[in-house]
Amino acid sequence: MIHSLFLINHTGDIFLEKHWKSVIGRSVCDYFFEAREKAVEPENVPPVLQTPHHYLISIYRGKLFFLSVIQTEVPPLFVIEFLHRVADTIQDYFGECSEGVIKDNVVTVYELLEEMLDNGFPLATESNVLKEMIRPPTILRSVVNTLTGASNVGDTLPTGQLSNVPWRRVGVKYTNNEAYFDVIEEIDAILDKSGTTVFAEIQGVIEACVRLTGMPDLTLSFMNPRLLDDVSFHPCVRFKRWESERVLSFIPPDGNFTLMNYHVSSQNLVAIPVYVKQSISFFETGPCGRLDITIGPKQTMGKTVEGLMVTIHMPKAVLSANLTATQGTYTYDLATKVLVWDIGKLNPQKLPNLKGSLTTQAGTPKPEDNPSLNIDLKIQQLAISGLKVSRLDMYGEKYKPFKGVKYLTKAGKFQIYIYMFIFLENLMSYLLFEWLQCVLKHSI
Amino acid sequence: MFVASVIIVFCLFLSAEKEAKTNYQMLDSNKDSLKLEAMKRIVAMIARGKNASDLFPAVVKNVACKNIEVKKLVYVYLVRYAEEQQDLALLSISTFQRGLKDPNQLIRASALRVLSSIRVTIIVPIMMLAIKEAASDMSPYVRKTAAHAIPKLYSLDPEQKDQLIEVIEKLLADKTTLVAGSVVMAFEEVCPERIDLIHKNYRKLCNLLIDVEEWGQVVIINMLTRYARTQTFYGSDEDEDEDEEEKEKKAETPAMAKRKPYVMDPDHRLLLRNTKPLLQSRNAAVVMAVAQLYFHLAPKAEVGVIAKALVRLLRSHSEVQYVVLQNVATMTIKRRGMFEPYLKSFYIRSTDPTQIKVLKLEVLTNLANETNISTILREFQTYIKSMDKDFVAATIQAIGRCATNIGEVRDTCLNGLVQLLSNRDELVVAESVVVIKKLLQMQPEKHSDIIKHMAKLTDNIQVPMARASILWLIGEYCEHVPKIAPDVLRKMAKSFTNEEDIVKLQIINLAAKLYLTNSKQTKLLTQYVLNLAKYDQNYDIRDRARFIRQLIVPTEKSGALSKYAKKLFLALKPAPVLESPFKDRDHFQLGSLSHLLNAKAGGYQELPDWPEAAPDPSVRNVEVKDSVRAVGTVTYRDTGALWDLQGPKKKCSFHANVYQPSLYNWALVSMTLHLVLCLQTIAPSSALKNYELLHRITGEGLSVEYCFSRQPFSPDANMVAVQMQFTNNATADTKNLHIEDVKLQSGMRVKEFSEIELLPAGETATAVMGIDFCDSTQAANFQLCTHTRKFFVSIQPPVGELMRPVFLTENEFKKEQGQLMGMNEITEKLTLDMKCRNEHTIVQRVTTAANLSRVPCGSDKECRFAGRTVSSSSLVLVTVATKEEGAAQLTVNCEKMVIGTMLVKDILLALTQ
Repeated sequence: MIHSLFLINHTGDIFLEKHWKSVIGRSVCDYFFEAREKAVEPENVPPVLQTPHHYLISIYRGKLFFLSVIQTEVPPLFVIEFLHRVADTIQDYFGECSEGVIKDNVVTVYELLEEMLDNGFPLATESNVLKEMIRPPTILRSVVNTLTGASNVGDTLPTGQLSNVPWRRVGVKYTNNEAYFDVIEEIDAILDKSGTTVFAEIQGVIEACVRLTGMPDLTLSFMNPRLLDDVSFHPCVRFKRWESERVLSFIPPDGNFTLMNYHVSSQNLVAIPVYVKQSISFFETGPCGRLDITIGPKQTMGKTVEGLMVTIHMPKAVLSANLTATQGTYTYDLATKVLVWDIGKLNPQKLPNLKGSLTTQAGTPKPEDNPSLNIDLKIQQLAISGLKVSRLDMYGEKYKPFKGVKYLTKAGKFQIYIYMFIFLENLMSYLLFEWLQCVLKHSI
Repeated sequence: MFVASVIIVFCLFLSAEKEAKTNYQMLDSNKDSLKLEAMKRIVAMIARGKNASDLFPAVVKNVACKNIEVKKLVYVYLVRYAEEQQDLALLSISTFQRGLKDPNQLIRASALRVLSSIRVTIIVPIMMLAIKEAASDMSPYVRKTAAHAIPKLYSLDPEQKDQLIEVIEKLLADKTTLVAGSVVMAFEEVCPERIDLIHKNYRKLCNLLIDVEEWGQVVIINMLTRYARTQTFYGSDEDEDEDEEEKEKKAETPAMAKRKPYVMDPDHRLLLRNTKPLLQSRNAAVVMAVAQLYFHLAPKAEVGVIAKALVRLLRSHSEVQYVVLQNVATMTIKRRGMFEPYLKSFYIRSTDPTQIKVLKLEVLTNLANETNISTILREFQTYIKSMDKDFVAATIQAIGRCATNIGEVRDTCLNGLVQLLSNRDELVVAESVVVIKKLLQMQPEKHSDIIKHMAKLTDNIQVPMARASILWLIGEYCEHVPKIAPDVLRKMAKSFTNEEDIVKLQIINLAAKLYLTNSKQTKLLTQYVLNLAKYDQNYDIRDRARFIRQLIVPTEKSGALSKYAKKLFLALKPAPVLESPFKDRDHFQLGSLSHLLNAKAGGYQELPDWPEAAPDPSVRNVEVKDSVRAVGTVTYRDTGALWDLQGPKKKCSFHANVYQPSLYNWALVSMTLHLVLCLQTIAPSSALKNYELLHRITGEGLSVEYCFSRQPFSPDANMVAVQMQFTNNATADTKNLHIEDVKLQSGMRVKEFSEIELLPAGETATAVMGIDFCDSTQAANFQLCTHTRKFFVSIQPPVGELMRPVFLTENEFKKEQGQLMGMNEITEKLTLDMKCRNEHTIVQRVTTAANLSRVPCGSDKECRFAGRTVSSSSLVLVTVATKEEGAAQLTVNCEKMVIGTMLVKDILLALTQ
């Protein structure tokens, strides 16, 4: 299965390597660097590459490439999913998954990799099992370790691997027993230039933070489970109960985990919380154009829209922007041609507006590609689909836990097609156009 | 300057030297903290890819270090460098051997893991022994580690294959979810062709699947897909797989109406039912595995369920999207209807990476049909204005494909593409030209204006492919543009030397075609072009020029062919078919690496075709006792109760689970439960235990039981005699009962019983056959044939039946025992069962468990038994020494350690229960 792993930073340095079978030389990465060069953007590197003797499967996370070397047939998703699990584990241990963090904790990372795979086949990927074997560093522990020379390898042997609930260890104890659930929904939408919805759907996730003593058995039920069209679960959730009763019954892992992902059926009309009025135009005379954007609330269910942000990818020819915003600040990155307007809270009485002129390169023709406009926003205490948790019950333990549910709506991939006025620069080509259409009409 | 840099390099060298030295010193120190520090530095070096092999002697010394973290890091180091320093690595082996015997299962497992990871050929026998032992360990975790070790050993020494297969077979029979995934992985790496090993475990694997860890699920599902393709049967609705249009046509023909309704093997249904919930897994690889299983195995009406799950994966990381979209693209070609409701999920976002955009475009194109084409084209129009030019080019091609596939929109598409010709971006124009060329070929006479317009573009477009396309168009349809064509040739002749090769070839073609149709105007031009081509650097172009000159310019030498030149050049050419690159990719198993690359990857197992006739489903029948246990394994996800954590609930959860299987399983369970009860009441009364070979339901009336008769088998003394009793419960006679197709491990032999010619209804017959098991408990597999049917059956001997009694005196016994000490002696302490505290019962129970004879002895505290193994005549000596209050000690001495260990287990069981 997975033969070797190389971690590569964005400048193309290999800063960590791990082999699970015999050693494979670094030169195998040259094929990858070649593809990386060709792809220009790191996101465009093909995840699967074929070389004369090996196959390379890579993922791009946190400005790092995780490149695995494969020798024989294996489902590519198997490897990709595992590599993401590695990145998740690193993030879980050290708070972020970046080159600096990995370099600082290189020995721990190496030990983790050793435990996660055996001969290239996944062995222990549950963070709960791993944490029993290799304790994540905390500030307190690292101070103690340097003073006493103690280590961060667990001295007790992990038991999680042995039970048939591998995601939970035995003997968990808390003085405050609490279980929190965050229902987070994201709206994915494409709106066309007139503001009508081309495509919209809601993707939700329930993140849990459970700190409960012993071996509790939880049941989470919803007021309106019918809303949920498609779901995927953490392995702890029992399918049968969901299928027959539409409740989530599970023995939770200890700590933070993703309980469930869901998708709300597209038959239900998706509420779009904001509308955007925009116009971007370029003049024929002189190297400039105009931009005017206004944002207002649409269907917000009486809640406030926060963290509003607009991102526009401008055409390549736009050199600079001279704009005034009635609210918030804007930045224009000359290198990437990205205009970001950070608005903040949306005030329905005084709608935010961004207006001004754009300068284009003199002498170049007017841009004809469409810029795209993406929106980011947050609404606290609202699940836009209307999903509601009705109750949480606990069995198997005697104490009363503290329970809580939070809702949050975010914009996911929220995109608006922009309509751009372009004045035809060349009368001749215009006439040619007309003529052609005429001809075509006759010939058909 | 130079001197300075030399000094710097030298300093660096010195400091490196110093560091190495300190590492050495630190490793030698007594303090664990110093050792730990040194090991951390060394592991950091390894992680960075630096060579640390020179420290090997110093590191390997610490393998027995008490500090657990130092020990772990030493293991890491050892596994990395053992291959390079084989001799020194051997020093560490004894530590692991000791670890293998540790009472703590986790230490046993980790010792085996490291031992098997050391890639040193000399220790292959030690590894083999360790794996075999671990495979029968009490702890499932150790057995799992043993399963992991199998492929390691196999890659180190492929000659061990036969022995490893034995271990795999044993582990496949394991009933814990922990082991299942790992052993199937080992199976796939070592012996994927031995599909017969799966038969007996198929139903168990299906039932356990939901509780196996995610990675194991992927491997098992992929393997079961292959298994089900060959071994289960449902009168496949293969015909429906073909193109939907074709299907409609076929449906009209009356012959199709007669098609038999398909029947599905219940085992096939079991697999489909048990994998379906896994579509809800959080792991994309599991979802994909189930999806491909449904795509390859499920009836057409049921495949639809996977679409939703696959669309969900499109929300995941872009790499996951990439792989999923590739598979969806293949699926959409065969089963378009499945994804049509999710059309909008494949709409492209400006933030998608280009490779994802192109794949989504592919899917959208495959999904296009008469009803949704207008929506799709409107969407495509937005894409054309994108800033990503590669993507725009792909969109133009997609429009071209839609236009060829759906006749109604051909003109609309052509219109749109012609408009693009005035785009400012050359790439866009070039791509449009290429696509327009293909479209025009379908109905050229209608569109001569477009050809004229394109002729003008030759002045501006520089992209070679586009220029070549335009020239080809003008040449091919020169009759539609008689005035412009010669002029284009004139211009091209001027620039001939500066053109790219593909353009040059098309200029020659154009010249040739014009010469044939309009030689008056173009004769000189053609000569000129051909002369230029004659001296070109590229030999393809020189060849083409020579060939064309001979063909079109009549000379004395040019033969009969030149008469046909016009026909040759201006023949009607079939319009190109714009096909998806994903067509026919589905002969690779979906989700596999080979499918993604569209090329066979190393180690890829072909997905076989459906069998022509139904294979025998009875091979999957499991012996009575096993099937009850297999179903009785309570699974976490299925029941909703956790019985090993909540003791009192145990009983009810068992019931809950028994209800869970289908009616089919339910029948099996009740039947087997009944049988177990019967067996238990019979067994103690008779000394010879009867085993079932064939149940009367699976045998369609024929039932067969067998027992080990413990008589010497006269034709061959090295064989164990097996007495079989055939009962015909059916109403019809059974004829020609005999054995066929015997499948054995190497070395094993079978002496068949002579054919029973007739077994009348209701009658019983007995026959004796001999099997040489080679002193192993491997099953002998063979087919039992009647005149109508064949049944797969297997006989697996308990270890106690592999020996025959021998008579020894007490002195002889002690003498022999003295020679079988050390490794060959196994001692176990036990507490005797309450009913088994006197000599008589002990003797009775031991002789029931094993075919041994009692050795006369003076003391009543000791019972001794002796025997020899049947095929190799190795001595087997058993001693049971009793003490006060039922305490006892069991000693087995045997040359064959495997036999010894197994015998100890069996006798222990017999004495304590």
